[in-house]
Amino acid sequence: MAALMREKGDWRGASVNTAGDDKIRVNVERKIFPALADRDAQLVLSNVSFEVAPREFVVLTGPSGCGKSTLLNIIAGLDKDFEGSIDLGAARDQMTFIFQSPRLLPWRTVYENIALALPEGDPRVARIPDMLERVGLTEAANAYPERISLGMQRRASLARGFIVEPQILLMDEPFVSLDDPTAQSLRQLLLELIGRQPTTVIFVTHDRAEAIQLGTRILRLSPGKASVIDDVPVQLTPEQRRDRTAILAEQMRVFGTG
Amino acid sequence: MAPVLTQTYSTPTRVNRLRAPHAGLERLGWAVASLATLGLLWHVSAELAQSRYFPTPAAVFEVLRHEALNGALFTHVGATLLRVVMAFTIAMFIGGAIGMLLGRFKTADRFFDTWLILVLNLPALVTITLSYVWLGMNGTAAVVAVAINQIPNVAVTMREGARSLSRDLAEMAQVYKFGSWRTFRHVILPQLAPFFAAAARAGLALVWKIVLVVEALGGSGRGVGYQIYIAFGSFDVTTILAYALAFIVIVQIIELTILQPIQAKVNKWRR
Repeated sequence: MAALMREKGDWRGASVNTAGDDKIRVNVERKIFPALADRDAQLVLSNVSFEVAPREFVVLTGPSGCGKSTLLNIIAGLDKDFEGSIDLGAARDQMTFIFQSPRLLPWRTVYENIALALPEGDPRVARIPDMLERVGLTEAANAYPERISLGMQRRASLARGFIVEPQILLMDEPFVSLDDPTAQSLRQLLLELIGRQPTTVIFVTHDRAEAIQLGTRILRLSPGKASVIDDVPVQLTPEQRRDRTAILAEQMRVFGTG
Repeated sequence: MAPVLTQTYSTPTRVNRLRAPHAGLERLGWAVASLATLGLLWHVSAELAQSRYFPTPAAVFEVLRHEALNGALFTHVGATLLRVVMAFTIAMFIGGAIGMLLGRFKTADRFFDTWLILVLNLPALVTITLSYVWLGMNGTAAVVAVAINQIPNVAVTMREGARSLSRDLAEMAQVYKFGSWRTFRHVILPQLAPFFAAAARAGLALVWKIVLVVEALGGSGRGVGYQIYIAFGSFDVTTILAYALAFIVIVQIIELTILQPIQAKVNKWRR
């Protein structure tokens, strides 16, 4: 049955290094979307190369369609059809992906969805009630995902991501299409969860304020055949990250007024 | 200024509520009223017709009671049921396997699609007669004939199911290291379940009808189809209607006690 699910992508030029240290090394020389009946082959990423140190919160940002999500899928190992290499370092087996849509199993309850992220018989199931409380879903534990709001589904998705205690957390615009207060509370929740379980984060967003509020470092991708055009650290204290004016000022510094 | 943080409890958790109890009662009421009207219409027109080829409901129920008392009814209904169960099970397994393979492997699908269309359009009477000719006038041939009629339908439905498997959820299962068995059980199977249920219900409806033709043609000695065939020989409409009625009741009982509860169970997560 695993064959049914396996992707058809090949390993053309891609390799997994095992340098053994904690750094994540991303080096995508070329990523091409193959030609289809109605469009030509398209160069999506070219020479995207960067390193991520442990506990960094790197935000990949750039205009829609610049290849941010494609890059994240490559880093996650979901897309293996590229030229270059990805090295997740020593923690490569403790990587987790929080998707843009919550991707919960609609036929399993919130609790079951979180429990399924853990291997069979893992003692950490005992921590699920605590995790549910932390993300504010205790009462929704036995609800089916389609019966709760999108904001709550995203909380469940966060809980599922954190219950496995990841060393590397990849996030693909996890807070889009939410109203502002809901997105805001989820961002605070994310910072809180990371505060308790420190982890390396690579976070994709096109929202500049969100990038500044969350990230310790911003990587800007150029539009078109994306490559890194800017790499700036964010200089905000945790308190300043709750302050809209400080975020706005830092946003001006990082992105300019344009 | 810190932004105001609101908790997102906009939608309260809806409890998996059962339908209001009177809704079921109301449905039952409608069914009873509608059936009573039909029975009355039948009775009045039969009384007006005064023909031995159009018996009254009472006459039909009398034959039904008689056949039940001497045990013939149960022998024949039992024989037919057994054939249905066997043919249905075989068809669900083989048709399901074919459909899932075709849905997942494009090359196989391109090649075998024509075959499927061919079998799909083969008249039931042809498969039935050919089964008897090639396998002999026996019970195996009867079951095979019925199964072959249902297999392509199941295959087509299950192929649709296999084609529509979510890639998003497959990736999620991969990231969270579900492994083959848990992926099959928690990710693939629930996605296929509605297609399986649809194939089962449509298939059963077809099998019920074809099995009687198979029995009538095979002269197997037992089965509702054979009884109707014998009754047809003497234009015994009363017996034909009695067996038809018994049959409809059995099918409805299976629908209500087996198929509908299964359907409700696999769909309980839907909003």
